Amino acid sequence: MKIFAMILITGILTQNFVLSRFLGICPFLGVSKKLGTATGMSIAVTLVMVLATAATYPINAALLVPRGLEYLQTVVFILVIAGLVQLLEVVLKRFVPPLYNALGIYLPLITTNCAVLGVVLLNLQAEYSYAQSLVNALGAGLGFLLAMVLFAGVRERLEGADIPKALKGLPATLAAASLVSMSFLGFAGIAENLFA
Amino acid sequence: MPQKRPLSAEFSKGILRENPVLRLILGTCPTLATTSSVVNALGMGIAASIVLLCSNIVVSALRKVIPQKLRIPAYIVVIASFTTIVQMLVKAFVPALDSALGVFLPLIVVNCILLGRAEAFAGKNPVLASAADGLGMGVGFTAALLMMGAVREVLGTGTFLNGAQSLLGVFGENALGGFNGFTLTDGGGFVPITFFIMAPGGFLVFGLLIALANRLNKEKEPACSACTHCPLAKDCSSSM
Repeated sequence: MKIFAMILITGILTQNFVLSRFLGICPFLGVSKKLGTATGMSIAVTLVMVLATAATYPINAALLVPRGLEYLQTVVFILVIAGLVQLLEVVLKRFVPPLYNALGIYLPLITTNCAVLGVVLLNLQAEYSYAQSLVNALGAGLGFLLAMVLFAGVRERLEGADIPKALKGLPATLAAASLVSMSFLGFAGIAENLFA
Repeated sequence: MPQKRPLSAEFSKGILRENPVLRLILGTCPTLATTSSVVNALGMGIAASIVLLCSNIVVSALRKVIPQKLRIPAYIVVIASFTTIVQMLVKAFVPALDSALGVFLPLIVVNCILLGRAEAFAGKNPVLASAADGLGMGVGFTAALLMMGAVREVLGTGTFLNGAQSLLGVFGENALGGFNGFTLTDGGGFVPITFFIMAPGGFLVFGLLIALANRLNKEKEPACSACTHCPLAKDCSSSM
């Protein structure tokens, strides 16, 4: 149990996907302007991350590794993720319309989100078990959610600020991201110490 | 819009006017993640440029064969194949770079510069123009990464080109005559500011470089050809 809690805390706080691993920066900068869209996007990303891990892990273990086809991982995983996102869109639209209305518009954006392929590859690199991989995907998604929600709040404050012309827009946003990221440095070592 | 322009123009636009990183704001993840040293930045830039050049050529050559509705998956397969090839080559010949770039090497496949160029340019233009475009964008990407890497490495670790030998991999045991980067901290006058090689430093340096690019470019808006094809464009505020 301890290892699961540790993976979760690491994913959310110490090794936050966006703020310390630099994965999923595009949506982090792109759709964090309003709290509502930021939350919707993050939940969709979390869902796809967990589903992508659930689907790719068995494919890798049952099909690629026994045949020595590990070099096909990148191609296979990106196609599986793309197919999965399409499938999820269709299934949600047909069976859970309220959820589709809430998350549907974000789904097409997620295929090329490097955080999704990133978590799948990092799970393999860390040699996690199936359950550990799923927990890591969940932690990564929740960490993404936390970063997005926090940053959306910061950006709403930034709107009214008086900023030099050249720094307006993205540069100021990145400086704010730098400060939020710095605050996450404070979590360094917390997972190890909590469960030591 | 397919345009008739000289190849040199297709090449040079990616370096300054439509620099993919500093003007079009594409490929931000590797830009932030792999620029804590100049050598890593250079390695990432070259690897991505090779994939970009090859995928642009193949996508352009197949542009009349690929059905319109299936073009995005087709582009992804082309890009993923070249990413895998480059990944295997790097693993075999430059193992130090492979471990330094880690997961970001296979993640070239989801670098939006590649899909962006395939969709915005190579899918509609002849092979030679697409090759020039890919090469220019690759050089622009590498140049931006080098700038980021230079600022962060000099300020953050007090070295420049540290680990240059590792970039030459299995060929370069002594090719540089034992040169393995400059050290700026020898005199004791300069204390490295670790902040710059950490995550927050990456965000800050990137922001300041974009501000500099905005300041130097008299046009307010970049000639944004990639954003219109980016799936995020609708909700994206960075294009504003």
